[in-house]
Amino acid sequence: MNNPQLNKHGELQHLLSTEGLSASILFKILDKADSFLNVAEGREIKKLPLLHGISIFNIFFENSTRTRTTFEIAAKRLSADVVNLNISSSSASKGESLLDTVDNLCAMHADMFVVRHAQSGAAHLIARHVAPEIHVINAGDGRHAHPTQALLDMFTIRYYKKEFHNLRVAIVGDILHSRVARSQIHALTTLGVPEVRVIAPKTLLPGCVDKLGVRVFHDLAAGLRDVDVVMMLRLQNERMQGAILPSAQEYFKYYGLTQEKLALARSDAIVMHPGPMNRGVEIDSSVADGAQSVILPQVTFGIAVRMAVMSTLAGVG
Amino acid sequence: MNIRIKNGHLIDPKNNIDGRHDLFIMDGRVAAVGIAPADFVAQQVVDATNLVVAPGLIDLAARLREPGYEYKATLESEMNAAVAGGITILSCPPDTDPPLDEPGLVEMLKHRARELNKARVYPVGALTYGLKGVELTEMAELADAGCIAFSQADAAITDTRVLMRSMQYAATFGFSVWLRPQDSFLARDGVAHDGEVATRLGLPAIPVCAETIALATMLQLARETGVRLHVCRVSSADGVALVRAAKQQGMPITCDVSANHVHLSEMDIGFFDAHCHLVPPLRSLRDRDALRAGLLDGSIDAICSDHSPVDEDAKQLPFAEAEAGATGLELLLPLALKWARQERRPIADGLARITHQPAQILGLDAGHLSVGSIADVCVFDPDVFWQIKPAALSSQGKNTPFLGVELQGRVCYTLIRGQLVYQFQPKLSQ
Repeated sequence: MNNPQLNKHGELQHLLSTEGLSASILFKILDKADSFLNVAEGREIKKLPLLHGISIFNIFFENSTRTRTTFEIAAKRLSADVVNLNISSSSASKGESLLDTVDNLCAMHADMFVVRHAQSGAAHLIARHVAPEIHVINAGDGRHAHPTQALLDMFTIRYYKKEFHNLRVAIVGDILHSRVARSQIHALTTLGVPEVRVIAPKTLLPGCVDKLGVRVFHDLAAGLRDVDVVMMLRLQNERMQGAILPSAQEYFKYYGLTQEKLALARSDAIVMHPGPMNRGVEIDSSVADGAQSVILPQVTFGIAVRMAVMSTLAGVG
Repeated sequence: MNIRIKNGHLIDPKNNIDGRHDLFIMDGRVAAVGIAPADFVAQQVVDATNLVVAPGLIDLAARLREPGYEYKATLESEMNAAVAGGITILSCPPDTDPPLDEPGLVEMLKHRARELNKARVYPVGALTYGLKGVELTEMAELADAGCIAFSQADAAITDTRVLMRSMQYAATFGFSVWLRPQDSFLARDGVAHDGEVATRLGLPAIPVCAETIALATMLQLARETGVRLHVCRVSSADGVALVRAAKQQGMPITCDVSANHVHLSEMDIGFFDAHCHLVPPLRSLRDRDALRAGLLDGSIDAICSDHSPVDEDAKQLPFAEAEAGATGLELLLPLALKWARQERRPIADGLARITHQPAQILGLDAGHLSVGSIADVCVFDPDVFWQIKPAALSSQGKNTPFLGVELQGRVCYTLIRGQLVYQFQPKLSQ
């Protein structure tokens, strides 16, 4: 099966998922992000002319403020022209199909799409449909993938831990519904992390989670023991419906990250969260704001990583 | 009209005929096999050199999309597809719009089908009104109008008391009940097998127990009520095992499988190929192998096309939103042959599962070429490869997981009641 993310030269054509990408492709993006981070921090001028004249359309079929904003900032720092569309409030509500919307934007000479959609596979569908010179970045599709989030998480881990091959990483929370978790797992295993753990009650785990190459824990304390990185996931309030969880209180008691639980991890362990956080549901405020938290640096790194992805796809820089 | 089909390799699984025999047809019926009857003068001769002459195929599940879904397909287009696929008898599930729950609708469908003078259509009537699983339909009236069995199509009856009573009532009249086993709670919102691929792709999943729990309930109620139960579209290894055990206990049940599920698994979804969005979902390789083994040992009696033409727009959507279903009428023969070939069985074994075995499920004396029987005949080239592509299909539905695949075996002539209703003509585009 051809990898739809790569062109015939094996170069990244679209970023749809971290699955199926080689470690060298991932490392190149991280290295590039490093250089952008230095630029952003070291210089007065925050803008580079790399994507001058390139039109990037942020098409968000699902609401998001943070991700869309970081993509917008990243594109603008590279001097691209950015157009933001909240489709949920325009075409889709008038009955236009996803691909019709995309066709119309292509006719406006879009060069790159940043897509978020509530359905798994939406970004693949668009990537299959568009002309070969157009690039698609998946900014989250259903429960499937959120590759730029995973890449910024990898960047964060490397920033604080330097290497991947000697780490124990735990992902805690709603794995079943999480595109972030799936992308993190693929990226971590590809980059050589020897032990990736997932920690969740059975109702928040997909059927064949063990096939993803992770160790499964149902007990938070056991799962956190001696880990170097704790990656928390957001718990949506709607999980209390549909008999998945009884209450936010009980969830917090058994799966919420507190200082006490965190103490079981290595003393230099870092705590990550893709945001937005539910304080007091999956994470205690004292941890979120604590010394081991790298949650805000994640956001900063996210811009550099997205700059790296965009310039990689455009074949510049 | 007297027709002689000469020089063909005649395969009639029911009568254990498998050899070089001419077929003689008189007045729409089989007049003789092998030696011409006295005073037989052929008005038409079909040369079947290097071809197989077989009974017309019988498909247990073909959605013709009328009434109600004419934008997906019309009776005319799908009846043409049926004969292009060598199918001379088909039954259609009741999930039309409105569903086949009124005798008038059934009569209209039968009348429209008869006028087209193609395959004979045997509608399966709705077991409950509107397929809602609440009130029984007038089954006896529907049977008088032409329904051959009763089913819920893909809509399950969640209320087990209604399910039991519908079986009791059907059993009163000796009607058979066809049910696809799926627990609607466990399957809710699911679009793919709860396995490796759904886990990886983040697709809402349907566990195997959605099938086995519903199947166990059905089997228990069938035992209780004595109804003739036909299990439709079994999809899992555990499901086949339940059917096998029930048969071993002597229960008079029958079972079919979709031709897609005999060959495909969840792996074929690849990167969200919506053509593989099927009902029931494609399951694991282990499940697929169990379905194939079930066909071999007789746990599964028939292969059906599960023909569900979908318009192209409805497939150009993210996987879960794309409409489920695949076109199948023209793929039934090559897929059944492929199964037999891969299992190292003779062609006759593949044909048995799409001719006389489904005929038995329908309660029809059909699917064979005995002298005196109605001359429904399918003449095909068992060796030729052809590529599945939209232009090669007569069905209005061009959606199938096999698009682009080369399959072996193609229908050359189809006869219904001794009349040539289809002859393969290569199109320029092919």
